[in-house]
Amino acid sequence: MFEGRRQILLLFFIIIGLVFIGKLFFLQVIDDSYEKAADNNAIRKIIQIPFRGEVYDRHQKLIVYNTPVYDLYITPRKAHVRDTLQFCQLFGITRAYFDSTCKQAKAYSRVKPYLFLKHLSKEDFARVQDAMVDFPGFTFTTTAFRTYQSKAFSNALGYVAEINSNSLQNQKDDYYRQGDYVGVSGIESFYEEDLRGQRGVKYRMVNSNGVEKGDFKEGSLDIQPIAGKNLYTGVDIRLQEYADSLMQHKVGSVVAIEPATGEILTMVSAPSYDPSLLAGRNFSKYYQDLALDPMKPLLNRPPSAYYRPGSTFKLIQALVGLQLGIITPGSVFTHAGAPVKCHSHNTSHNDLHNAIQWSCNPYFYHAFRKILYEDTQGNTFERSAQGLQRWSELVANFGFGRKLGVDLGNEKKGILPNVEYYNKVYKGENTWKFSNIYSLSIGEGELVVNPLKMANVAAIIANRGWYIPPHLVKAIGDNKVVDPFYKTPVSVGIDAKHFGVVIEGMKDAVLHGTVGGDGKIPDIVMCGKTGTSQNAKGEDHSVFIAFAPKDNPKIAIAVFVENAGFGGFAAAPIASLIIEKYLKGKVDRKAVEEKFMNKSYLPNVLSVTGPRPSKTKKDTLK
Amino acid sequence: MSNQNQLVSKVDWITISLYGLFVLAGWMNIYSAVYNPETHLWIFDAKFYDSNAGKQLIWIGTSLILIICIFAIDFRFFEAFAPIIYASFIGLLILVPFLGVTINGSHSWFKFGSITIQPAEFAKTATALLLAKYINEPQVNLSKWKNQWISGAIIGLPMLLIIASNETGSALVFASFLILLYREGLPGEYPGLFVGTVTIFVSALLLSPWTILATLILIAGIIIALSPIYIQRLKQTYIKAALFIVGIMFMVFLVDLAVNTVLKEHQRNRIKVLIDPSFDPRGLGYQVTQSKIAIGSGGFWGKGYLQGTQTKFDFVPEQSTDFIFCTIGEEHGFFGVLVVILLFVAFLWRLMYLADQQRSRFARAYGYGVVGILFFHFLVNIGMTIGLMPIMGIPLPFFSYGGSSLWSFTILLFIFLKLDSHRSDMLSR
Repeated sequence: MFEGRRQILLLFFIIIGLVFIGKLFFLQVIDDSYEKAADNNAIRKIIQIPFRGEVYDRHQKLIVYNTPVYDLYITPRKAHVRDTLQFCQLFGITRAYFDSTCKQAKAYSRVKPYLFLKHLSKEDFARVQDAMVDFPGFTFTTTAFRTYQSKAFSNALGYVAEINSNSLQNQKDDYYRQGDYVGVSGIESFYEEDLRGQRGVKYRMVNSNGVEKGDFKEGSLDIQPIAGKNLYTGVDIRLQEYADSLMQHKVGSVVAIEPATGEILTMVSAPSYDPSLLAGRNFSKYYQDLALDPMKPLLNRPPSAYYRPGSTFKLIQALVGLQLGIITPGSVFTHAGAPVKCHSHNTSHNDLHNAIQWSCNPYFYHAFRKILYEDTQGNTFERSAQGLQRWSELVANFGFGRKLGVDLGNEKKGILPNVEYYNKVYKGENTWKFSNIYSLSIGEGELVVNPLKMANVAAIIANRGWYIPPHLVKAIGDNKVVDPFYKTPVSVGIDAKHFGVVIEGMKDAVLHGTVGGDGKIPDIVMCGKTGTSQNAKGEDHSVFIAFAPKDNPKIAIAVFVENAGFGGFAAAPIASLIIEKYLKGKVDRKAVEEKFMNKSYLPNVLSVTGPRPSKTKKDTLK
Repeated sequence: MSNQNQLVSKVDWITISLYGLFVLAGWMNIYSAVYNPETHLWIFDAKFYDSNAGKQLIWIGTSLILIICIFAIDFRFFEAFAPIIYASFIGLLILVPFLGVTINGSHSWFKFGSITIQPAEFAKTATALLLAKYINEPQVNLSKWKNQWISGAIIGLPMLLIIASNETGSALVFASFLILLYREGLPGEYPGLFVGTVTIFVSALLLSPWTILATLILIAGIIIALSPIYIQRLKQTYIKAALFIVGIMFMVFLVDLAVNTVLKEHQRNRIKVLIDPSFDPRGLGYQVTQSKIAIGSGGFWGKGYLQGTQTKFDFVPEQSTDFIFCTIGEEHGFFGVLVVILLFVAFLWRLMYLADQQRSRFARAYGYGVVGILFFHFLVNIGMTIGLMPIMGIPLPFFSYGGSSLWSFTILLFIFLKLDSHRSDMLSR
């Protein structure tokens, strides 16, 4: 009876078996999401952050390095403190802190490590290390702070901070995670990929309580961290500190370049900040203060601040005129007929040399007029456009209106007004002519530069017609590699023969021209040019560019001091002191040094927000 | 001696081999679950016997003693003493609430020194024996109402007592006697109704009423379409179909109502977790999720013996007992579980084949009782590890860690093998 029912039951069992096999096939073979879930369950990825690369100056002096700090962790289940008093004394903590932190740790987990004490110094770590055998269940992990040898190089160096959410989302290669540190500005940011090194990964097996159970696959998948590459800069940190000390109580910039290599010797932005404030645990507090400071200490002025070049631009006018063949060293222009004024100087034979030496405004007014109009056709509008075209092409070679390519992220282009620019400003072609734009002749008007560009102009003149793009870092890593861009000379398209008269004029401007007594170095032949940069907000900015020595120049410099007036007053003496310091290693003119270290132009800067100081000699430029 | 030879030649070595294989495979997986390369213990180490693997080795050894005892007992004992055995276990089940101890939150254990026994595990065997003896009575005909009623009472009594001690999972195992009764002539409607009810119940939980309605209409349509033309022309056919669908939909709503009102909170949660494991990912859903992760991460060939990370690091709770299948799935992959499932179905088939060979209705009925119980455990245990069944704390026979469980399944199986070895001695009535 009912024998057939065995077959029915067997069929039923087989169906159930097949359902299971089908479901298992789906779980195990088709769907691979469970494998990842299992890895997340059981394998903990431990990121090992390598030491960030160090930064050296041109004499192999360490200027930025890492200080290891130690975080103490407690694992409550293993922790056993017999003598709590001794423990508290050892770490300099209170009993209340000990008790409350232990309680928090237990509440967090009995088996997972909990941060007990943050940022113990190397010395503290060494001191407590031996005593730790009495306190099982406590472990240390190492992290590092960026540490600075000098307070004087903050802006160009930049700083390192936790990556912000914007950068985190916009990153290209998905390298960073929340809480990672990243170079935010300066060369810390520009060379981030070299400095950061290669992060290591360690895979550890953990059980469901998060307790580590050994290496996963005997560590075969682990990646060893690779330390970041060191940066070797061309900066002379002693010179940097000296320049920084001269720029105290002032707002402005100093940029010094070695003309032959394009290496930046010094890059000062004033006012600056103490870089150690932005390294370490109080970052956000200090950052707030610095970011809100009206003096903008976080701004790196040399590549990013905007100024008019003022009379320093006359050097370029002279070179462009000579190259175009429109003026010669012997060309003479008098003061007559120029709307720009000049102060009294010997105009009996006002040739180019004399005009540079005395920064003669009418001379360059006439010269620029000639550059626009000579050998051009049509009415004055058309001729102005043709003239400005050939002028702007040559001026652009000096780096005006474009980035020089310095190894900093925040370089600004500046403005070189050309035909297109004025067509836009005056709303149409042939709507403007020389009389509208003559301010350009003396480096005012629409022309905008930054201090770095003007230091490069000094280097171009020192080199008689070429430059290597200025750069802070001259070698990266142990192999000392460098981008060929920073090795390749760039010609500015001015024949070397035209520089002689300009350099002679600059020499005499220093010796017995616009530069006053404080700007003369007794035993060094310095070639310089003062400038007075007009600005809508207040007192003129004091500008000076120079190089020295005259033969075989070693240093080219640009100094901008905001609201300090005439270029010969503040900028020229400061530049002369820096040059003297660099070339001689010491400064003999102690009185001048002391005078300018203590001199403050801040009241002028601060008055910018107040009523505008009365100015009489608007167009008297030197 | 002749008696011994007779026994050796008459026992079913296929079944015994499969039993041995299952127990060995189970032990290896229990060993793997506790295996720790750092504190490597082996069987000569006294500490080894503190671990699950060590204890299971003791359970296996004592199971061998139990097997010898069963073969030593006269085969007529089991039929003759079935009522007494049954009555004793009913007595124990009654005493459990008063004298028992609580282990793993279940107040259903007796403690004798260091040995703990869960009478509910053994009550299945006792019930199978009594039920088989009852059916063996010549006048019993399972198509008769009275005989059905008495059979139901034999099954229902221990079931109710186990439910009373809150072991719903173990109690549900008694539903597996439907297989025994079905084989012995219970009209097909009963198991059909049971399977139908469970199907409706599960679909009511898993699917929306509209999906069920659409499916029913589709099925009715197909059946009618395949029927002879004259049936298709009868108005009655459509009325019947409509009534049938309305009836089932009514049941579906009843199930929803029942789930939301009658069931206790923890029972309702177990069912909800079945539908949506993320409903309680850290609690009830955790077990299912972790179990699926462990099995799913095994891939086709598995991670290799002793290489499972999920089971070894305690991600799956109860992994040596109720979730031993996870270890197999993780370390031996789809291939491993395929072999286990195929062997288990073959094992059930072999037992049914043996049962049908019996001359005595008692032995045959008991054999089907064994098949039913083993099948039910197989169905629910594997089903719950892969999320097809709600979590009920019942072990995978022969594989799972645990003395009570291994002993009870060994006794259950070997009583049948003992009876089978004497099938020529038994009188067919």
